[in-house]
Amino acid sequence: MGYPHRSHPRETPVLSAHFGDPDARSLTGWRKRGGYTALEQALAGEPGAIVDVVKASGLRGRGGAGFPTGVKWSFMKPGDGKPHYLCCNADESEPGTFKDREIMRWTPHALVEGVAIGAYAIGAETAYIYIRGEFTEPITHVTRAVEEAYAAGILGANAMGSGKRVDVYVHRGAGAYICGEETALMNSLEGKRGNPRIKPPFPAVAGLFGQPTTINNVETLAAVPHILTRGAAWYQSLQLASPKSVGTKLFSVCGNVARPGNYEVTMGFPFGEFLMDLCGGAPPGRKIKGVIPGGSSVPIITLDEAMVCTMDYEGFIAQGTMLGSGGVIVYDDAQSIPKMVARLARFYAHESCAQCSQCREGTAWSTRILERIVAGQGTYADLDTLLDLADNMTGKTICVLSDSCAAVVVSGIQKFRHEFEALIPKKQGTVAVAAD
Amino acid sequence: MSHTDTPYEPVFTGDRRAELDTIMSRYPTTQAALLPALWIAQNARGWLSDPAIEEVAQVLDLTPAYVKGVISFYTMYHQHPVGKHFIQVCTTSPCTACGAEDVVKTFLEQTGCGELGLTSADGKYTVIEVECLGACGFATPVMINDEFLESVTPARVGAILSQLK
Amino acid sequence: MTQPNVSITVEGRTISVAAGTSILEAAKEAGVLIPHYCYHPSLPVAGVCRMCLVEVEKMPKLAPACATTVAEGQVVHVHSPAALKAREGVLEFLLINHPLDCPICDQAGECELQDYTFQEGRADSRYEEPKRFNPMEDFGGDVLYVPNRCILCTRCVRFMDDVAEDPVLNVSERGDRAFIGKAPGHDLDHAWAGNVVDLCPVGALLSKDFLNKARAWELDRTASVCPNCSQGCNTIVETRDNVVVRMKPRPNDAVNKHFMCDEGRAEYRWLNRTDRIVHPLIKVGSEHREADWSVALATVVSAMRTRPVHVVASARQSNEALFLLRRLIATAGGRGVVRIRDEGPELPLPGVPDLARRTERAPNGMGADLLGFTRTNDPLATMQPGDVLLVVDEELTEADCAKAREAGAIIFGGTVLSAALAPDTTVALPLTNVAEEEGTFTNLRGRVQRYLQAKAPPALVRPSWFVWADVLAGLGHPVGGMVPADVFTALATEVAPFNGMSYPQLGLQGALVSTEVTA
Repeated sequence: MGYPHRSHPRETPVLSAHFGDPDARSLTGWRKRGGYTALEQALAGEPGAIVDVVKASGLRGRGGAGFPTGVKWSFMKPGDGKPHYLCCNADESEPGTFKDREIMRWTPHALVEGVAIGAYAIGAETAYIYIRGEFTEPITHVTRAVEEAYAAGILGANAMGSGKRVDVYVHRGAGAYICGEETALMNSLEGKRGNPRIKPPFPAVAGLFGQPTTINNVETLAAVPHILTRGAAWYQSLQLASPKSVGTKLFSVCGNVARPGNYEVTMGFPFGEFLMDLCGGAPPGRKIKGVIPGGSSVPIITLDEAMVCTMDYEGFIAQGTMLGSGGVIVYDDAQSIPKMVARLARFYAHESCAQCSQCREGTAWSTRILERIVAGQGTYADLDTLLDLADNMTGKTICVLSDSCAAVVVSGIQKFRHEFEALIPKKQGTVAVAAD
Repeated sequence: MSHTDTPYEPVFTGDRRAELDTIMSRYPTTQAALLPALWIAQNARGWLSDPAIEEVAQVLDLTPAYVKGVISFYTMYHQHPVGKHFIQVCTTSPCTACGAEDVVKTFLEQTGCGELGLTSADGKYTVIEVECLGACGFATPVMINDEFLESVTPARVGAILSQLK
Repeated sequence: MTQPNVSITVEGRTISVAAGTSILEAAKEAGVLIPHYCYHPSLPVAGVCRMCLVEVEKMPKLAPACATTVAEGQVVHVHSPAALKAREGVLEFLLINHPLDCPICDQAGECELQDYTFQEGRADSRYEEPKRFNPMEDFGGDVLYVPNRCILCTRCVRFMDDVAEDPVLNVSERGDRAFIGKAPGHDLDHAWAGNVVDLCPVGALLSKDFLNKARAWELDRTASVCPNCSQGCNTIVETRDNVVVRMKPRPNDAVNKHFMCDEGRAEYRWLNRTDRIVHPLIKVGSEHREADWSVALATVVSAMRTRPVHVVASARQSNEALFLLRRLIATAGGRGVVRIRDEGPELPLPGVPDLARRTERAPNGMGADLLGFTRTNDPLATMQPGDVLLVVDEELTEADCAKAREAGAIIFGGTVLSAALAPDTTVALPLTNVAEEEGTFTNLRGRVQRYLQAKAPPALVRPSWFVWADVLAGLGHPVGGMVPADVFTALATEVAPFNGMSYPQLGLQGALVSTEVTA
């Protein structure tokens, strides 16, 4: 689905079925489209039954890690006498990703319904939707949806007349990429700096306010009502390549591509066809050079690698990258990969929370070296230094922000080393400009 | 515009105090209301001055140093006064690949700000580069205060500015 | 409830530690120091510096030793190539923005960044970009912040948040722009704030008082006990050229963990006082003349042969000195009193149980109690006319001095002879202060703690216990033994609560007296 919202015939619109349709935003509009039947059905049954259905559906977390959602929910022990919390991670900040934004803009009730079901399933009476501060429009729509749901008795002390309490609150972030990391999100919600926490303890043991907590991405929760109404088998059947990757997935496409936007395809869709047919390939007169397929934190791949890749967790791993958040960033032959890598490194340096030494110093140092290389003042030794810094920044910190920065740098240099070398002054001090 | 010689007017009175109380009822700790309280204070005053920080700290039973540490973690809280129209242009890699740098340049020229982070002489504009606004498919996204604009090109900048009052 | 033990192997040494112990602490027990910055045994674990990364067999990634608890059968490699490279990497990262201004840095010589870089760091830096610069900031109190040297370990912030429970410090900004900040108008003026200087592993937080006074390697360090109050915080007295330049806390989990209060730190100043008596003085006519010890002692002995003694002792006197004064009283007859300055308020360090700057402003009030001295606010009330008044390191008020004139003789032993008492003093004996002698104090909970001699006394000044031993010998009751340890052994034999104690048994962490001590 490009922009404006017009679904491509090869898409499988489930979450995106009502994108672009302002009528779906209101409670009345949403109910007309079958909204809140899943929640009503869920509240009538046992929480454990919902967890079982979601487990059986094979739904995996859409925020980036791909952890099976039902399994995550089953970590929340019923009857432990503690308050449980559900956090919906709507801090969509991964460069290249803007799918949750569309869910919240067009179908806010889909999210509210998914959140309410999720909360009930894990034994939580309170759920918080943490939306990044910049998303003013999604915040407005989700807040309105929550208000409508309260007014209609869908949420509150007696949710849909079930006698069960489900409270949902919208919490606005204030500008910090790292708050999309689940433990940082919890700290931020608690009114602290958004510093990731050391695990263990895991959130299911001691999370928000020290209580058992589950954190799910917007897209994950929005998929749940569909799974409940249509059944786990239906969701399982949505697969084209690997039985471990099922359902539909929203891919955000941006960068140098003819038709950027959000596309919802069945897991396992061929990436080459996706890029060329659905997205229309590179802008006219250009050629795609490299693709970051899962948000800026995953390694970049070449067009050749992209063309043979399938769009699911396993398919991207087979090409040395990851599905991540499903943010597809396309670079064409007019772009300088070193410049793009430098720009992404600068992003990570800007967003580092400052806790871990490697991340705080390493992201900034890598950025400075990269910017010097882009300015034509690099050396060959700089490339070795960058790779070694990346090694020192990988697998050694509390969260993976540092690893993400390193992955961008390493994959950029590995796949496009000639572009970096072309920027390095030769003996006479001349600078060769990257030309492809 | 700030007038440091005028006495400080508390933010959390009347409706704003009531709004904060409603928010506080949603969390088991008062500290959890810090980000919302800072939003209320910033929306009321345009930025978070030291007296405003003192007030937020006092209302939530925190220390000013703690509140400052939190404020400075988040890029959307203003630790200094900014122009009436605070213009944030996304220049993260996907947007840069789509020409965001020219959008920034055009804003800087047409607002008279000249440099990133500086407020124009008439106090109307401040332009900054911002990291990923989360609308990469609609390059270049620009936020002006709470207004979110998509697909901004240098050619559109003039018209956008002329609509700001 | 005791934790079950877990057995782990660190660098080939298998040890058994309590379940729940961190790998870092377990390694210490195995004799292996895992380099670290943010970890501190008296602070909550942060796990942020990532310096303590070690390789643990069967774990997919290097583990932060401070934040990883031991598991049965774990095999830990501290010096494996992967662990060494990771720590070398951390050191390089920490140094890229750190100025190499060690020649003018107060921390040089006791800097963990220097030490670990020397041990495990790279020989060179690959950093070619400009260094970050931020100006110095006066944090208030005794603390100066040098942000360029800061490695953001957050020990200071955690101390103020979780131990002092006065969150006046923060981490400001993020990424490599981050620094330790405070709010305007809210200084680091907590009574225990000075501890952040000790906690800082580098030269980012400095004591204004100690600034540029000495190089760390010029200092001689002596284990001591703070004389400022009855808490008895364990200290290190640092001297250079026989001058005390700094007093720092010495770890003792039973008393003060790793901390001491700012007031205690400042106590070192009077240990260098020069307006004191340094020769024995004997009154001749209306003036005092300097005398030899033998002459002064003979005068004292002859006065005590014939009259009972009324001892007004300071609770800053050691157990040993008070014990021999007690014997003197037993020999000559008379009584002993102490007057203890009681000044509030108590200044607790909330994060550490039973740790406070106490209102009782002397280190050995409990020792005086146990040794039979009577507490009083009117120290001369019980003195009988004609008694020998022996004032030991105590300052008498004007009113006291008037009453003192009823004494048969006034003998003063101490450091500073007050103008009020001086005219009537028959003999003045120059005594050492706590830095100049060895001894023990008994703190408010009955913990007997040793302090060692940190510097040589000036001129003819002698330790208090030594002088009373001489007086006793002169009275025909030699003490036997030549060192404080012998006196203490005699004390421990004779005074029930101290039974069984000796210097070797006390060690440098002290031991509790046998009787129940009421708070």
